[in-house]
Amino acid sequence: MATIDTYADSGHVSVSDWDHRYYHVDQVLDRPGPRTDPDFIPGDAVKSFLRDQCKILVIGAGGLGCEILADLALSGFKDIHVIDMDTIDISNLNRQFLFRPKDVGKPKATVAAEYITRRVPGVTVTPFYGKIQDKDDDFYMQFNLVICGLDSVEARRWMNATLVNLVDPERPESLKPLIDGGTEGFKGQARVILPTITSCYECSLDMLNKQTAFPICTIANTPRLPEHCIEWASVLEWPRVHGDKKMDTDDPDHISWLYEVALKRAKEFSIEGVTWSLTQGVVKNIIPAIASTNAIIAASCCNEAFKIATSSAAYLNNYFMLIGTEGVYSYTFEHERRPNCPVCGGESVDIQVPKDWSVERLIEMLVEKQDIQIKKPSLSTPTTNIYFQAPPQLEEATRPNLERLVSDLVPEGGEVTVTATTLPFSLSLRITYV
Amino acid sequence: MLKIWTLKKNEEAAAKKKPKTSAAQIRVQKDLTELDLPSTMKTYFPDPADLLNFTLTITPDEGLYNLDVNGLPPDHTCIGMYKGGAFNFIFQINTNYPHEPPKVKCDQKIYHPNVDLQGNVCLNILREDWKPVLNLNSVMVGLQYLFLEPNTDDPLNKEAAEELRRNRDQFVQNVQRSMRGGNIKGEQYANVVAK
Repeated sequence: MATIDTYADSGHVSVSDWDHRYYHVDQVLDRPGPRTDPDFIPGDAVKSFLRDQCKILVIGAGGLGCEILADLALSGFKDIHVIDMDTIDISNLNRQFLFRPKDVGKPKATVAAEYITRRVPGVTVTPFYGKIQDKDDDFYMQFNLVICGLDSVEARRWMNATLVNLVDPERPESLKPLIDGGTEGFKGQARVILPTITSCYECSLDMLNKQTAFPICTIANTPRLPEHCIEWASVLEWPRVHGDKKMDTDDPDHISWLYEVALKRAKEFSIEGVTWSLTQGVVKNIIPAIASTNAIIAASCCNEAFKIATSSAAYLNNYFMLIGTEGVYSYTFEHERRPNCPVCGGESVDIQVPKDWSVERLIEMLVEKQDIQIKKPSLSTPTTNIYFQAPPQLEEATRPNLERLVSDLVPEGGEVTVTATTLPFSLSLRITYV
Repeated sequence: MLKIWTLKKNEEAAAKKKPKTSAAQIRVQKDLTELDLPSTMKTYFPDPADLLNFTLTITPDEGLYNLDVNGLPPDHTCIGMYKGGAFNFIFQINTNYPHEPPKVKCDQKIYHPNVDLQGNVCLNILREDWKPVLNLNSVMVGLQYLFLEPNTDDPLNKEAAEELRRNRDQFVQNVQRSMRGGNIKGEQYANVVAK
């Protein structure tokens, strides 16, 4: 029978592994399958990596995040971290099943972490209640894998760029696979990004549907939909009435104001359907979330995390999409890298610069250098505009830098971003001094 | 996991570490340093270190047009009607550029069918037709076009659009008066005469 090893830990009882706990999961870790990678070595080492060493980060503890955390914990990941900047709203409770009515108002990350840690013995979930941008490279460097369950393009772009930048060719473990899940109603997507190796999030930015935006003149003159009235209230009336005061879409008073204004306009044009919740939905761009779609996508993300961590089966290459709006349709394809992607594309060149070189000399070198051949380059570092060819005001403002030493503006090993019309996107230079 | 790490080792074109400059920032640098503006448009940066906030001043001329069969400019009453004015547009770019378009507002009260009294501009590529493949140059050229060819199809200032549709001569007179800071139908406009 199972031997249960129980110990008391900070007020609650935890139980660590018991015999046959992972009986089912071990079926795929104790022997190779017909399509398993030939390099896969079944047995204790891989199990120990998954259960004792592997550290995984989950971004988002919302609809997808709750599912992801449960799936990871139940498939044997034991050191899980989660980041979320939101607090629990009553409208989350229908699908974010780690939360209860008493949790409303509390941070999602904290409540989700406590729930999983309490419910799944031996698993520790460490929460961070805050923004992903609050954490630095050292923080992200400690993980083996990152799974994103986000609803914002901006946060995904940031996370993606951070993980691409983290890759150091000298340190293989600096490559953190990013598994990105996303859902919208009955549709969803899961993808595996191996930063600098496969196509990254930024590579596919042009595949995104644009947000529904209505022509401003329609809003102003010929509203036909309740959404037109709400946009009128938020885009035109709010700034007109409130001036510079920023609209806070999380403030119920602000939503109520917009609702009243939109409703009045709707009456004027005999339009029906303006409600408080539609108002909130339009201004916050809320997309209907469906629990089962989240479950499918989260499960798919976690399967990929498991396969990547263990090499026990081939992982997704690299984009899976699910379209549940017309029956069930799914399609998997390899999204290719974009050579001129501003995050993972473009060339990167190591150059050696004599300590006494001026910026002007460096630019001359770039223009003359056979293998680069840049016409009219503009240079910047992450903190300084070194020299801009245009517009005239910026050219003038940066011109004094031409005479300054490169070494005064760029630290040893520092990066310089070069843009020019002759480059597909940009070039980055890593500068070392001689 | 080890499998993934060997992937990187085996990769020939070892991608080097990239700078921390954000994608939006690089893209704005590229857009700005490659601007190809006619002499009728100038940018001004209140803080030259901040590329995300600036003003564009448009001083429209006659624009380009084809002469008709009699060698005359088409519809001559309308040509260069905004000439002599200097119009300021505030650009605000956020870190989600170019996924999101720049926010653009006119900071003067002007008499124009496609600009309302609060400075909102009706230009399709600023909202519903924005695509990341467009750039700041396209937006600026689009704005200038509004002064050469104001259109009555997308009115934001309905009075002005109505006047343009009904009586072009009167509309042009109104434009001239408004640009000197005149009053049209009870509305006081900003003096935008170029200095």
